[in-house]
Amino acid sequence: MTSLIHATAAELADLLSTGVVSSEEVTRAHLDQIADVDGEVHAYLYVDSDRALDTARQVDRKRQQGEQLGRLAGVPVGLKDAFTYMGAPTTCGSKILEGWYPPYNATVTQKLIDADMIILGKTNMDEFAMGSSTENSAYGPTCNPWDLHRIPGGSGGGSAAALASFQAPLTIGSDTGGSIRQPAAVTGTVGVKPTYGAASRYGLVAMASSLDQPGPCARNVMDAALLHEVICGHDPKDSTSINAEVPNVVAAAATKDVRGLKIGIVKELGGEGYEPEVLARFREAIDLLANAGAEIHEVSCPHFPAALGAYYLIMPSEVSSNLARFDAMRYGLRVGDDGSTSTEQVMRTTRGAGFGAEVKRRIILGTYALSSGYYDAYYGSAQKVRTLIIRDFTQAFETVDVLMSPTSPTTAFTIGERANDPIAMYKADLCTIPTNLAGNAAMSIPAGLGDNSMPVGVQIMAPPQGDDRLYRVGGALEALLQDKWGGPLLGTLAKEAR
Amino acid sequence: MTLTNADVARLADLARLDLTPEELSVMAGQLDVILDAVASVSEVAGDDVPPSSHALDLTNVFRVDEVHQSLSPEAALKMAPAVEDGRFRVPRILGE
Repeated sequence: MTSLIHATAAELADLLSTGVVSSEEVTRAHLDQIADVDGEVHAYLYVDSDRALDTARQVDRKRQQGEQLGRLAGVPVGLKDAFTYMGAPTTCGSKILEGWYPPYNATVTQKLIDADMIILGKTNMDEFAMGSSTENSAYGPTCNPWDLHRIPGGSGGGSAAALASFQAPLTIGSDTGGSIRQPAAVTGTVGVKPTYGAASRYGLVAMASSLDQPGPCARNVMDAALLHEVICGHDPKDSTSINAEVPNVVAAAATKDVRGLKIGIVKELGGEGYEPEVLARFREAIDLLANAGAEIHEVSCPHFPAALGAYYLIMPSEVSSNLARFDAMRYGLRVGDDGSTSTEQVMRTTRGAGFGAEVKRRIILGTYALSSGYYDAYYGSAQKVRTLIIRDFTQAFETVDVLMSPTSPTTAFTIGERANDPIAMYKADLCTIPTNLAGNAAMSIPAGLGDNSMPVGVQIMAPPQGDDRLYRVGGALEALLQDKWGGPLLGTLAKEAR
Repeated sequence: MTLTNADVARLADLARLDLTPEELSVMAGQLDVILDAVASVSEVAGDDVPPSSHALDLTNVFRVDEVHQSLSPEAALKMAPAVEDGRFRVPRILGE
């Protein structure tokens, strides 16, 4: 038997349901691992040990009493600090929310609780999910478990690093421009951005509401599917929630069959600016799928090169509006209220003191893009490009079932390397952004290692509500790659850790 | 496109965001670079392309008009920076 921290979520679920182990044992094993390694990795901002153990014992009791429990009952999970969870501080990686305890649970959080999963704690992230490295967290960066001097991606670097360092078998992320998929790629884990509206945004601290989407993070495709099933579904509390059945992602992950499937390679997502090793691993993955019976086509999405620019106008515009709520009046930090200062000055002082550099940069950029005289040239033009990106996807999906590309142009860069170069940082999300603009579904899975022994990810993209196709292709490719490697990519880290 | 420190200061004012002089000048330079990088966006789409504010076709959503348990005043005020008489206490609003 593999040790409890190295087991997959599906294996843990089986061990729990057959009574081989208790949830308390599984939870304790993960809390011990957090105590052992998180001083170095810094994946968690808050570890909820006592409640996690209490909940685990309750679930064990329910099971002993013969209650029918969900498949993932008793399995631990880490929650990105962007989701509210009553009784635990929710900071979103920002000083402006330091010490804030939310008065309600996010729908995603509530679904984890209702599924009897064990929430281990809150994972680190770039402040308000703005970043591709987790260096923008007000509480210090997370380190990549493959090389502690390198970034774990972002914004959900904590959720990805927790998986790669065996501090949780499953974690929750949120993806606005790649914040689930890019961290998955650079840590050798699996991350899924479901179709926009598949998982509720209620209780997810808003960054850019038309782009934000919660999703599952895992060490393998089947585990991601099991978590996907738990967190997705219609929610009346989110007006953009999809009111339709969740595609059967668990069955799709189990098929491992791509015969006759049409896979499009996006011509525009590759070439200059991409590390040769990233392109090589991508090519090898495509060859494996072709040998397994998939039809490979080259597809052009001519407007994708404009996606990054459109995103960096649309997203900051929404950010500048959404973050207006941090006004020092009803919750969060308040600075400079000495009895003589005006409300407006207290707002200015508080926001100046509470927000970090990247957040300020995006608020100013968004304020500019929306300001009178510039609105049409910037925000208006970006919205038109968004239409063209949606059309590119629609046309591509008329001829192919899924699209594929590298997940990120490079492997993990070193901490500090891009900190003062916003454009270089933004380019980490070059391949992931089009999907957010168009609202369709995408997944990143590990494709091997680069020259620097750092993980490379490949991205699979499916039409809206075609999330099951991601799992079908992802599950099949994962099996083919693991046959070649003789086990999971993370197996090497697991061996080192033992 | 060149953004001056004064331009950034005006935007910061609109956003109710205090920036230090150092932040102003660093940001002016960085915003220039970012705006240069995104400027080509205005040349991509013709006049015939309609804008999309959203990925989905959004329609207004109504819920049933039923009374639900809502947040209690105590819970709503619990994390407030300042409270007075069961209400949020805010700093001075009117000019003195």
